[in-house]
Amino acid sequence: MTLLEQFQLLLKNANWPDWAVYLTPAIAGILLILVFVLTIIIVFIWWERRLLGRFQLRTGPNRCGPEGIFQPIATAIKILLKEDIVPDKADKLLHFVAPIIVFVPILMLFAVIPVGEGAILVDLNIGIIYIIAISSISVIGIFMASWASNNKYSLIAGMRAIAQMVSYELPVVLSIVGVALVAGSFSMLKIVEAQGIPYILQQPLGFIIFFLGALAEMNRSPFDLLEADSEIVAGYHIEYSGMKFAMFYLGEYGIVLAYAGIMATLFLGGWQGPLLPPIVWFLIKVVIIFSFIIWMRATLPRLRVDQLMSFAWKFLLPMAVINLVIIAVEVLVLPLSMQWLIIILNFGFAAALILLWSKLFTLGGGRVEV
Amino acid sequence: MKFERYGIGIAKGMALTFRHLFRSPITIQYPDEKLVTSRRIRGNELVWFPEKCTGCATCAKSCPQGNIVISTHRGEGSKFEVDIFEIDSGRCIFCGLCVESCPYDALAMGLSYECAKYRRGDLILSKEKLAVSANHQPSAYYRPQFEDKLPKQSLLLYNQAEGGQKLKFLPLSKRKRGSGA
Repeated sequence: MTLLEQFQLLLKNANWPDWAVYLTPAIAGILLILVFVLTIIIVFIWWERRLLGRFQLRTGPNRCGPEGIFQPIATAIKILLKEDIVPDKADKLLHFVAPIIVFVPILMLFAVIPVGEGAILVDLNIGIIYIIAISSISVIGIFMASWASNNKYSLIAGMRAIAQMVSYELPVVLSIVGVALVAGSFSMLKIVEAQGIPYILQQPLGFIIFFLGALAEMNRSPFDLLEADSEIVAGYHIEYSGMKFAMFYLGEYGIVLAYAGIMATLFLGGWQGPLLPPIVWFLIKVVIIFSFIIWMRATLPRLRVDQLMSFAWKFLLPMAVINLVIIAVEVLVLPLSMQWLIIILNFGFAAALILLWSKLFTLGGGRVEV
Repeated sequence: MKFERYGIGIAKGMALTFRHLFRSPITIQYPDEKLVTSRRIRGNELVWFPEKCTGCATCAKSCPQGNIVISTHRGEGSKFEVDIFEIDSGRCIFCGLCVESCPYDALAMGLSYECAKYRRGDLILSKEKLAVSANHQPSAYYRPQFEDKLPKQSLLLYNQAEGGQKLKFLPLSKRKRGSGA
């Protein structure tokens, strides 16, 4: 029973009217999620700027408040006070709706991410399928924004977004199916409870595929082709300013937080951990994943479009299919008591497959060129 | 077996950036920390030595901007007393021709480089502002005789043998950072 259902029961026993029994906990939960997400996004923005600065031998923002912690708030105030510009020949309605369509699904993702035992808004029995369905909606918002802006750069970004996000959806989904197979459920709470040993050990290949796919899904470097500053200026949000730009900006970090939470839930054991309270364990895992993403951003250069597509279709997709087959056979053949054998086997398979595929993946005698 | 195209390059790059985390930042937190400038800097202010000046106005004649105002009257003996000596640092191009042309070494470039003012009028340097004082020191530009007294220029060297700062792990806080170099 989730905390929300307990709250509902409490109100029911207190003889509240039916509509209030359902509405009050729901609104309270939604507000709680909103506050939780926005607070963490602000900390994330600060953490990314500081850590990226340290990677580049700079200090990062350190003037505004202790260690520059208030810098994101200053940035937010600056963005909100700016003039809201709509281009003359823009499609006004789509231009207005697009940021909302990008941001709202990202918030909706947090409904099924458990941050503690029962601390989840709704325990859907198809939790992962819901995530897959909802997270793809923001692609439409991005394409709407790029089309409505009436700008050639943003249109290029929109095309890239469609190509990239649709391609990377497949390996992500297939690697999630592997997790669902072993856990025997699509529900996020059940998946976490099924993880005696975190699935990152049991399915290292699946984690790598999911991580890289999710990195492309959330448009982070090195897959940030649709907002490549040096090529297409700012991509799909080039004609946006003010509050609408802030929605995109929050959405960018919101989806990172959402995917980090999903990764922590599916592969790192979610809220489970010794000593510390569940929410702290969840946040620790999320921050570790986010720091790793920043580390990759500080290191790796942006991929070319053809490299991006061939990486998705030639590398990740076949690997995801093979991974799924391996997991399925293991679930069928090996008994659950042989966890450690499965772990050793899967690490062997992962290393062998990556070596083999990187040999096959090279084009033109080893040169990664067209 | 060569491990060239198996993602080894990515691992190497990640290791390199990870090592960068533990190096001290190379940025100078400017108003809090300042580097010592070159001893031969053509600073933003000129330094005038009143006791050496004879009021010959060679500097005023050599100035391409016509920027130096000098007016004198005859004092005791054969010495000229300087009444007005003014340089408008807003119009000065800091070419240093006045310093090079002075036959009595009475004019030198200054060390200072923070001379932003709020009013145009403040840019005009009068006799009192130009005169040498404790915090208005000449640089060694064209005046090598001052070079020994001036502090050595500090650069961002992270090598003790070259006189730089020792490389060490520094926390995020700016207060705990080493003072310059």
